[in-house]
Amino acid sequence: MISPKRETSKVLMALDSWKANLLIFIRIIGLLRPHWVPTLGAVISMVLSTGFALIVPWLLAWVIDTGLRHGQFSSLLLATGAILVTSSLRGLCAYGQGYLSQAVSNLVAYDLRNRLYDHLQTLSFSFHDEAETGQLMSRLTVDIEAVRNFIPLGLLRGLVALVTFSAVTVILFRLDWHLAMVTLICLPILVLLSVQVGRRLRPIWSGVQNETGALGTVMQESLSGMRVVKAFAREDFEIAKYEAKNREVRELNMGAMRLSAWNQPLMVLVLNVVTVVIVWIGGIAVIGHQLSLGVLVAVTQYILLLGTPVRSFGYMVTWFMRGLSGGIRIFGVLDTQPTITDAPGAKALKHVKGHVRFENVSFAYGNGREVLQDITIDAQPGQIIAILGATGSGKSTILHLLPRFYEATSGRVTIDGQDIRKVTQTSLRRNVGLVLQDVFLFNATLRDNIAYGVASATDEQIIAAAKVARLHDFAIGLPDGYDTWVGERGVTLSGGQKQRVAIARTLLLNPRILVLDDSTSSVDMETEYLIQQALDAVMRGRTTFVVASRLRTIKNADKIMVLEKGRIVERGTHETLLPQGGPYAQLYDLQLREQEEFEARMLASSPEQQWNEEKREAVR
Amino acid sequence: MKQSSYTIHGRRNRWRENSLEGADENVSKKFDWYVIKKFGPYVGRYKGWTLVSVALMLLYTVLNLANPFLIGVAIDQFIGHNDLRGLAITGIVLIIVNVLMWQAQYWQVWSMSWAGQQILYNLSSDMFTHLQSLSLSFYDRTQIGRVMSRLQSDIDVLESMLSSGLLSMLGSLVSLVGIIIAMLAMNVTLALLSFTVLPIMFVIAAFWQRFAQRSFRRTRAAISVVNATLQENITGMRVIQSLAREERNRDEFDELNAYNRDTNLEASRIAALILPLVEVVAAMAIAITVLYGGVLVSQGSLKVGVLVAFTLYINRFFDPIREISQQYSQLQRAGVAAERIFQILETPVEIKDKPGAEELPQIHGEVEFRDVTFGYNRDLPVLRDFNLHMKAGQTVAIVGPTGAGKSTIAGLLARFYDIQQGSVLVDGHDVRDVTQHSLRSQIGVVLQEPFLFTGTIRDNIRYGRLEAADEEVAEAARAVGVHDLITQLPEGYDTLIRERGRNLSVGQRQLISFARALLADPRILILDEATANIDTFTELLVQQALKRLLHGRTALVIAHRLSTIKGADNIVVLQGGRIVEQGTHAELLQRNGIYASLYAMGFRHT
Repeated sequence: MISPKRETSKVLMALDSWKANLLIFIRIIGLLRPHWVPTLGAVISMVLSTGFALIVPWLLAWVIDTGLRHGQFSSLLLATGAILVTSSLRGLCAYGQGYLSQAVSNLVAYDLRNRLYDHLQTLSFSFHDEAETGQLMSRLTVDIEAVRNFIPLGLLRGLVALVTFSAVTVILFRLDWHLAMVTLICLPILVLLSVQVGRRLRPIWSGVQNETGALGTVMQESLSGMRVVKAFAREDFEIAKYEAKNREVRELNMGAMRLSAWNQPLMVLVLNVVTVVIVWIGGIAVIGHQLSLGVLVAVTQYILLLGTPVRSFGYMVTWFMRGLSGGIRIFGVLDTQPTITDAPGAKALKHVKGHVRFENVSFAYGNGREVLQDITIDAQPGQIIAILGATGSGKSTILHLLPRFYEATSGRVTIDGQDIRKVTQTSLRRNVGLVLQDVFLFNATLRDNIAYGVASATDEQIIAAAKVARLHDFAIGLPDGYDTWVGERGVTLSGGQKQRVAIARTLLLNPRILVLDDSTSSVDMETEYLIQQALDAVMRGRTTFVVASRLRTIKNADKIMVLEKGRIVERGTHETLLPQGGPYAQLYDLQLREQEEFEARMLASSPEQQWNEEKREAVR
Repeated sequence: MKQSSYTIHGRRNRWRENSLEGADENVSKKFDWYVIKKFGPYVGRYKGWTLVSVALMLLYTVLNLANPFLIGVAIDQFIGHNDLRGLAITGIVLIIVNVLMWQAQYWQVWSMSWAGQQILYNLSSDMFTHLQSLSLSFYDRTQIGRVMSRLQSDIDVLESMLSSGLLSMLGSLVSLVGIIIAMLAMNVTLALLSFTVLPIMFVIAAFWQRFAQRSFRRTRAAISVVNATLQENITGMRVIQSLAREERNRDEFDELNAYNRDTNLEASRIAALILPLVEVVAAMAIAITVLYGGVLVSQGSLKVGVLVAFTLYINRFFDPIREISQQYSQLQRAGVAAERIFQILETPVEIKDKPGAEELPQIHGEVEFRDVTFGYNRDLPVLRDFNLHMKAGQTVAIVGPTGAGKSTIAGLLARFYDIQQGSVLVDGHDVRDVTQHSLRSQIGVVLQEPFLFTGTIRDNIRYGRLEAADEEVAEAARAVGVHDLITQLPEGYDTLIRERGRNLSVGQRQLISFARALLADPRILILDEATANIDTFTELLVQQALKRLLHGRTALVIAHRLSTIKGADNIVVLQGGRIVEQGTHAELLQRNGIYASLYAMGFRHT
């Protein structure tokens, strides 16, 4: 009962995947459309070069049959001249084919790379949360390369093979239809062999691709986590992990090779056996005076011409399979719809005053449990809203909803009364400045990093922003000043310095609304004070949402929201909340009271001055 | 290595002049010999297989060449003389020859790919093993992305070279030699006559090769810049989107992408040039043969069959040449890839176990820095005549401004770097006299950036002690107070940690890394700014975790949170690589020196 049903579904699935595969190939071919001129040029020069190649044996046959039989030197000369001319023409076409097919594939790769990159930029945070950098990179490198190579090595070569086969078939039929029929026997066998090998290679190749990706992850992790590896003396463990994966990849690769190693010579064998049969049968016919020797020679020559496409069949099948899996993976990304898009007719957000409202906002990542529940906040222009809470209480999530990196599952967020879903994302984000916990700097100069958001920033503006962010003194102390390269390949900045670059970067945008995640303290003591000052300066006159851990910020806030498990459990100001003895008062007792005491001491001893004196002394 | 990692520097502004031309240009001209020399031992290990493969290739070539010869014989000897029996025999022989050829080729390809895969496997394993043994100073100055690209794409390039390219090229060369011999054997005059075109061929090829090489190099450099940019932009996607800079980045990327396209177009233009050249030269050879051979035939001094076979040979003669010219770009790429791989393999290991280094016995945890001088750069010492004594079980806190050398001290204790003068002693053993493994397995390190591996939370905690039971893992988690957090997750300890632990908060990750360190149960623990990334409100959890973690161990704590520092047995204030103050919290406050002022200014509070 069960098994036949299963069989049917298997067949259906196979059929389905067959159709799906065809669809992928059609889409890849569709990529050629904008480049139809060079593509057509490649095809035409291909056909012509095949045609010219076919003329040469015919000329040879003519030489043997006519020229030699009658011993006319002039016809010999004529034939030779003709051979030279056709070959030159063929060479010309071969050039066209070689160049144009490569050109087309490069143009397609260029398009794909641009399209993928553009698309990745439109995909929202939720996509990038899920996607691993390594995986995306492999789409952009390995998979594009696979499609790129598929075009000349799979598609166009396949076309050449097809054209050659058809042309040879036609010619053979005109020469001698008996021999032509015999030759054609090999066709179904070759097709069958290719299809079969393709089917068996497919899973092996996708296995290779997956395992190679996994090997990459092992490598990436082990290398970027080298400090941990060394600290735990786990080098051998990592090597074993790597070798196990590496071995798997090797085994899979060998499986694929074994298959190709078996298949390709087999195809050549089929063709060669057919040639032998032709010579044999044709020989009998010549002996029986039913066929001229010249025709037989020509026929064998033509069959030999089939050797090149048949020999490349093996590679072709591989490229077809690689192109297919590359195409599937690329289109998989391209087909992912951004979850957050501009509403039709979305207007630009202009002349923002900075009145921000969260109205009964709830949020969950994907289908997970709700991270935020029923959040309502009203921030008047210029107000500072401090958000407090333990790890995992949803503080950062609130910040991410405002620039619409994620979409609220229910409720709405408005700016000056406009729902943020009704304005364009670009205008929204230009008005909402963001300083996140994880500061990412680009491999560029300090200047470029500060001006990253504003293309037209002048040096004066950059320096002004850097000054407000308390970065200027540091910057001019660097060997190349603002032109010093920072990031992975340049000067490594400390956490506090990075944070100040991010502050300057945001400042340059001059946003009306500011979102700050200041929950960590990966700064050294020296920087602490500077950051505090920078933050104070930045918040002035802007509506600010800040995940805060500094007492001064919290005390300055117009409203304090205390978050617990996604809900606001307490709201008010420092003065109103402290006497209530609720969660805020608890947090204050545990974490903030000491800060208060320090501050008092700080005021008493004016430590900044003292610290500087000490430093000067130390330098001396 | 170092040089090339900097050439890419000027990408955004200077990429045209600098990096694109420069990135792969410093590959020396003599790389062929260098690579062959380095590659030798790897191939040598599979000598047997390679020899078998080459032998099979010779067999295959001979059989392959027998084909046209036998067909020629069939036409001349048998069809020409109406000999049906002879024709039948030739036919059978031909079929046998072809079946043998098929098997020979199969085994030859198979043995070659087998050897190739083993070689690649060994090469990549050696590379990875070598990378594991390189000291941290290498990683300080090297970009992981570039190393990764060597391990991945360079091995990939070699792979396609070894598995198909090299094979067909070798096959082509062998058959070329075979064809030359066969042609000479058939008719010396005719053969020599058709070879007269070869010098033209060589001159053209040599000329072409120079252009091709340069343009292939350019494409390599262009694509590596494109990919580096992509990598960076994907990693920084959040920043790009939050600054609404998509359009500008698209334009910038398009510019690079277009440059890459254009270099590739140029390269394919040059690469395709060789095709018509080979074609014309081949036609010249055929023309000469037919002309001269035709005259001979009409004079009766040459048989038609020989002439037919000869033209067949000439066609085959140019096939390998066509093949080689098409594989040329691949060979170029493989040469560059191999050189880059060997560069990594030849990077010297700076920190090695001494010959005859002993295992460090179970330690109590006494640590002494004796007159230590060290600088990452020899001329710029970070620590000078540094002395510090830590009794077993003591907690020593180090405070001081950035660049004072705090983390350096930690790194020296675990022997991540080797000192230039003095000695670092653990229980009286110089760290350079014992094996690195025995030293580090007794020292735990918790870093500012809690690095977790992809895998389950349980696997990550177990990283500290691989053989620990599930219960012990939970025990460690409980001790640092992260157990409840973990069990609240839908899949508990089996929750998969994504790339770099992105699905956990920094605080959670740090607590897990504490559990990992606790499970390893080291006698000496180093906390390098381990609490810096934890938000103030998770701090309480961390404080309790720390108490458990430090209990009964020698601990070196680098911190700027007062709570972590206050309880230390000894607080060391570091400035400019020297100790300027030392004592307990109370003592130092009383002295009213630097520590007191730091304290007043506000360590990270709590």
